[in-house]
Amino acid sequence: MLFVVPLFIVLAVSFATRGTYGGIIWDFTLANYLDLIHPLYGRILGQSLLFATMTTMLCLLVGFPFAYYIARAPRRQQSVWLMLVLIPFWTNFLVRTYAWMLILRTEGLVNTLLVNWGMIDQPVQLLYSSSAVLLGLVYGYLPFMILPLYVACERLDPALIEAARDLYASRVAVFWRVILPLAKPGVIAGSILVFIPTVGAFITPDLLGGARTMMIGNLIQHEYLVVRDWPLGSALSFVLISVVTILLTIYATGGRHLRLDEVTR
Amino acid sequence: MRARWSWLRCAAWTTILFLYLPIGVLILFSFNASRLSASWQGFTLDWYWMLAHDRSLITAALNSCLIAAVSTGLALCLGVSGVLGLEGLRARQQDVIESAIMLPLVIPEVMMGVALMLFFVTIKMPLTVTTVILAHVVFNVPLVMVIVRSRLRKLDRRLTEAARDLGASRWQVFRRVTEPLLRPAIVGAGLIAFTVSLDDFIVTFFVAGPGATTLPLKVYSMIKAGITPEINALSTMVVLASMGLVGLSLLLQRKFA
Repeated sequence: MLFVVPLFIVLAVSFATRGTYGGIIWDFTLANYLDLIHPLYGRILGQSLLFATMTTMLCLLVGFPFAYYIARAPRRQQSVWLMLVLIPFWTNFLVRTYAWMLILRTEGLVNTLLVNWGMIDQPVQLLYSSSAVLLGLVYGYLPFMILPLYVACERLDPALIEAARDLYASRVAVFWRVILPLAKPGVIAGSILVFIPTVGAFITPDLLGGARTMMIGNLIQHEYLVVRDWPLGSALSFVLISVVTILLTIYATGGRHLRLDEVTR
Repeated sequence: MRARWSWLRCAAWTTILFLYLPIGVLILFSFNASRLSASWQGFTLDWYWMLAHDRSLITAALNSCLIAAVSTGLALCLGVSGVLGLEGLRARQQDVIESAIMLPLVIPEVMMGVALMLFFVTIKMPLTVTTVILAHVVFNVPLVMVIVRSRLRKLDRRLTEAARDLGASRWQVFRRVTEPLLRPAIVGAGLIAFTVSLDDFIVTFFVAGPGATTLPLKVYSMIKAGITPEINALSTMVVLASMGLVGLSLLLQRKFA
């Protein structure tokens, strides 16, 4: 309950008006939502959804082989691999994102190495771009994908794969027709667990992105703490929470077989 | 089959490398004598030395520890009693309450920061260290519950029933049977909650007043002012502290699981 009440306050505020000095005037209005139709907001929202989708897909691509590999490793090794994934998962996100600034900036590691090796003459701009944001997001949220995928792959009976091979299925066919369908709950759970925090990401686009790579999380922060237009910020928050709620409903119905506590254990 | 295994192993190691490389670079650079460039110009501890003399940094670190300690304590009390309370309910009720409680774990942090800030403003509570602690309790309770609950599920119910049969009061059962059995999970959860609280930036960013600067807030404002080797040193300490705490927690939970 500690948390549900504040959410309702956000909903209420999203229908209020902004006071002259940034306070809240309690009268019912839809103006904040109408303001959101502005193309700039639409672009930022669209960009957030695009980033989140791409991040999810990349995490799936990187995370699946890894999760599958550790799920098939001997028991003792499995827990070591899992520890290796869990430690960065719980480690300071801000600092981990900052580390990428050191690698990517103009005087950073990559540019210095490339110039020293004579591969480029001038440092190239890597930081403050969409690719940097995407990289940071994949890096930051990869564990959210790996853990549910691991749980799903671990349950997968290896005998089924052997059976498929015995019946002359090619490796590709085994993957598409046996492994992937069986790991589907993990794929759904992982995708949602990655998509939700990325769509509302703040730190990554703030540090690694430039002015053109603003995401909805940054916009909300901007409206609240810089412009101090709380009602508009609340309306934005509610757009975000609606997206999240829809996804959580899918998770609750589709990925039911995977419990959150098994995933974060 | 062999070929595919080596391919997978390669991918796995690359993934681990990807996860740890930035942390390694950060730690390495914090000892680099060069102020501006990424090229190695000798080993130095200067940056750490400079940190030790920064008053505001020490205040921020103390703030962070205080907030983490108090919010972890509160979260443990609420979380453990919450888990035990949930056990007593019917399965359907459990599901509903559980999903409400788990909400803070899955929604974007920005949302949470916004919601809590508006809440505190609405009840006219000034934004201070207290509001930060309360906000941290909100996200730490579900964390504690998830960890403790998965342990409770594995416990043998008959143990508590036996204790009740032998005439122990509810409190005695908790003190002498349930709590000792849950202890590794409780300690592990406490360590994780402490780390998460210590590391939290976004929620704190929204609910912290001017006097409540924590270490991550400090790191953020330093990054925004420009990249300096001092940040590398500070970040290294933050990362090593949280990796240590998390490692300890995971070891504890596995050892007794």
